[in-house]
Amino acid sequence: MNSATERNTLNSAAHPMHIPVHITINGTPGTHQVQPRTHLIDFLREDLGLKGSHLGCEHGVCGACTVQLDGKVVRGCLVLAVQADGRRVDTIEGVSDSGALADLQAAFIRHNALQCGFCTSGMLLAAGELLTHKPHASRAEVREWISGNYCRCTGYQAIVNAICEVLAARLAHSAEVAA
Amino acid sequence: MKAPAFAYARPTQVAELLTLLEQHGDEARILAGGQSLLAMLNMRLSEPALLLDLQAVHELKGITVSQQVLRINAMATHSEIAASPLVAQHAPLLAQAAPHIAHRAIRNLGTLGGSIALADPAAEWPACLLALDGVVLTRSSAGERRIAARDFFTGLYSTALAPNEIIVACEFPCAQATQRFAFAELARRHGDYAVVGLAAAAHWREGAFDAVRLAWLGVGDQPTRASATEQVLQGQPYSEALLALAQHTLRSELQTQADLTHSAATKQHLAGVMLKRTLQALLAQQPSANHSVAA
Repeated sequence: MNSATERNTLNSAAHPMHIPVHITINGTPGTHQVQPRTHLIDFLREDLGLKGSHLGCEHGVCGACTVQLDGKVVRGCLVLAVQADGRRVDTIEGVSDSGALADLQAAFIRHNALQCGFCTSGMLLAAGELLTHKPHASRAEVREWISGNYCRCTGYQAIVNAICEVLAARLAHSAEVAA
Repeated sequence: MKAPAFAYARPTQVAELLTLLEQHGDEARILAGGQSLLAMLNMRLSEPALLLDLQAVHELKGITVSQQVLRINAMATHSEIAASPLVAQHAPLLAQAAPHIAHRAIRNLGTLGGSIALADPAAEWPACLLALDGVVLTRSSAGERRIAARDFFTGLYSTALAPNEIIVACEFPCAQATQRFAFAELARRHGDYAVVGLAAAAHWREGAFDAVRLAWLGVGDQPTRASATEQVLQGQPYSEALLALAQHTLRSELQTQADLTHSAATKQHLAGVMLKRTLQALLAQQPSANHSVAA
């Protein structure tokens, strides 16, 4: 790490260099060259063509850029790609392929919990962490949890309905498994 | 907008970090969780030549208890603090305040040290540090310092931190059996900046308040104690008359400043509402048996 530190420090702001980073993206490890100034969402969208994560406000307010870093949701516009070096990043593309949120995605469709779809990938990932972190969340807690993800189409009602339905279904399922 | 270009370094030792800080001075900014800094960079409100990322400095992580002091290292995230059994047991005020900090995705990366160093007047941790009479542990090439919370915050986004000095950890005295804590905050939407918030700690002895500490956030240019109001409550049992007197004192004592959406007068009124809610929450609490359990 010391040699890496020295190398990176030597690269001056006037002549920004690309820095090699090792990131496992949606299960695939790889080495990429990034500029320090590039945030994670620009890296994912522009360098890798993963367009499922959306860039909205670009200062951490809207939640459209939500992705997982080491399994936890983060604002992709408030993380630099270089900060993800040595870590795991999962986007809506990877989570959709794995089927981890298939029930939530189906519920969103059933409840019409999206219109334009801009917020949806972030909304699904944010809600996904609620499903595992707070399986007994109340409707009020669901609203509180997704207060960091803006939707300008639905008025949230259908989104909250969809999340609450999946919470209940997963609880019922785990009760069945236990019994 | 996009951040300007900068160089990046990720030291693994505090000594290495301090050397880099010495070398680069004002040109360098420290990147802790980045949940305020990255937004400032994206908006070009800050244009450092070099970012020093602390994520690989293991000494700055973790939460420990020793000799009746809870130590939370600077890089502990808001989510880690919210989930920590040690925090829940020894500094329940922090566990109460944590859910008010922004949103889950931000709590997963934002850090205690970053919040304390930024000293945003609407932030939760600085007020909690004041209410709990905490200590900020700092380090620079000149050595270590212990700075009491009451001496640490000096103005709008201003602290007693010297240039080239970093926060290593914060220490909080462990909660005692007679102590009670309450945290209340008003925001227009959950997780938004606080309009007014109050972190309160008090001993409850023989049916009366003792050693009350009221630390306000979102009211002025820095987190602030309301000492005259605390004195009004000293040694008194709760009553409607006491609440009215405390609110009256608070109105003359608390210097509120308007923000984008609320006038100073509105904040003054809302502070009185927060005081009522907080005192009633303190009153309603049963002493916890956990506090005396040794860690």
